Amino acid sequence: METATVISTEKLTKRFGNFTAVNEITFDVHQGEIFGFLGANGAGKTTAMRMLCGLSNPTSGKATIAGFDVFRQTEKIKKNIGYMSQKFSLYEDLTILENIRFYGGIYGMDRKTIKTKSIELVEQLGLKEEASTLVRSLPLGWKQKLAFSVAIFHEPKIVFLDEPTGGVDPVTRRQFWDLIYSAAERGITVFVTTHYMDEAEYCNRISMMVDGYIKALDSPANLKRQFGAANMDEVFYQLARGAKRGE
Amino acid sequence: MKQFIAFVRKEFYHVFRDRKTLLLLFGMPIAEIVLFGFALTNEIKNTRIVVCDYANDAASRRIIDKLEVSANFEIERILMSHQQIEEVFREGKIKLVVVFPANFNNDLTHLNKAQIQLIADASDPNTGGTLTNYASNIIMNYQSELQGLQNIPYQIETDIRMIYNPELKGATNFVPGVMALVLLLISVLMTSVSIVREKENGTMEVLLVSPFKTILVVISKAIPYFFLSLINLSVILLLSVYLLDLPIKGSVLLLFAESALLIITALSLGLLISNSTSSQSTAMIIALLGMMLPTILLSGFMFPIENMPVALQVISNIVPAKWYYIIVKSIMIKGLGFSAIWKETLILVGMTLFLLVLSIKKFKVRLA
Repeated sequence: METATVISTEKLTKRFGNFTAVNEITFDVHQGEIFGFLGANGAGKTTAMRMLCGLSNPTSGKATIAGFDVFRQTEKIKKNIGYMSQKFSLYEDLTILENIRFYGGIYGMDRKTIKTKSIELVEQLGLKEEASTLVRSLPLGWKQKLAFSVAIFHEPKIVFLDEPTGGVDPVTRRQFWDLIYSAAERGITVFVTTHYMDEAEYCNRISMMVDGYIKALDSPANLKRQFGAANMDEVFYQLARGAKRGE
Repeated sequence: MKQFIAFVRKEFYHVFRDRKTLLLLFGMPIAEIVLFGFALTNEIKNTRIVVCDYANDAASRRIIDKLEVSANFEIERILMSHQQIEEVFREGKIKLVVVFPANFNNDLTHLNKAQIQLIADASDPNTGGTLTNYASNIIMNYQSELQGLQNIPYQIETDIRMIYNPELKGATNFVPGVMALVLLLISVLMTSVSIVREKENGTMEVLLVSPFKTILVVISKAIPYFFLSLINLSVILLLSVYLLDLPIKGSVLLLFAESALLIITALSLGLLISNSTSSQSTAMIIALLGMMLPTILLSGFMFPIENMPVALQVISNIVPAKWYYIIVKSIMIKGLGFSAIWKETLILVGMTLFLLVLSIKKFKVRLA
């Protein structure tokens, strides 16, 4: 695994009036890494992620994504990242192929590549038969897998996943993580927020946010050792108990 | 540009996949025009009328007979006093009262000139107008019969009174009104809902993260509805020319150009609405209440603005449909050119710019 740094932040801060949503967070993420971004509701995960994606301007601090500055080069950042939102983010009234081609299109991929790659993709996902059915009629698990595949369709350097497996059964979640692993093997860095502690175990490294601060950052094994915990659940409880911001 | 085309294609998919909405969008203007068309060409049969016969002489009875025999009328009763007329109208069943003055026959035979009064309930102006026309025709018939028999220039004057709506606004006014309504409805409602839907579905976030320019998102969303509106406009105009026999007296090109301007005004308004709300139902309510009601009530096509209280007259100035309505009437009905409507055009352009700047500002605020 290469160790080039693809995400690097230094005292990155976001304030809304008097409220400091994200307080001087500093961390690095390496290429091909699966980086878990954990925290209770309201801890500042989503705000931090929005800053990294260029959706929201930081108040102070520094950050570079894929080598580009979040203040001045958001357009270049956007070309190099993929994003899968918390809500299901495909168009239900479009077919699978139309969805894939649409996202390929707005990322400026050329027609030929889109055509060949989209056919490859549906074959890979085992959705060849359904390629021309509306996304609306797919089961949720398939939709999620499709949404992830679409998010990395343009081969981004980094993909941001915002609670990607909400409402999905454990078996499908496991399959979903297989997709994440294969993406990471191809060198795509995966930045994922989650509420599921079993998923946290799958990550290479984890950061725990509490009240806008990063309280802990290490591999799951090291974190368990550090907190003397049997599993990630306990680590999470120990850290989140001190939180002042409510659910 | 490739990205833009991909996006516009997606928008067309959305529009065409939603069959019900599409049907509604195309069906509604056709239905409205056809309805108004039938209201216009409506032949009125066997309408019950009341006669107030002070004369009660040969001539008046002859005319009453003719009215009774005609397919259009049925005489409900014959009154003897003027006071009862108002009561009759209040009941609402009778739309026309024919009044013969005393000495009708006398006047006619000795002075060669007599009067009949026709009082119509014009709260429905079409019906009122049609009924008085029918009655006048029957009376004219009688007059020419008399003239033919005796070769004396008898003259019966009909004195027509329209009560409740003395102006008798013609139904020709409906076509420009329906145009304004349909264009605004499609453009404001559909754009705002379609943008807000992206927010609700979470796809907007994904679009914002993508390198696709946000301003292009908005433009691509507007394009299908722009074309849809133009198609609708053509359908309305074709129907009004061929079904309602309402010719376009002025330049068709100018009419389309002005309509395109209104569509852009409406699209900017839809954009503003969608930037101010985050749920489809809110967007819909704002679009309907904020757009439809002022368009119907304050644009002047249902109710004359001159008759409104001053406060409402002032408010009506900010309703884009009012200016568009004036423009369309000038072009279609009066056949005027651009020199007659440049002021109204300028006002619409100003409104559009204002709305666009405002909504783009709002859009940026949301992204910060």
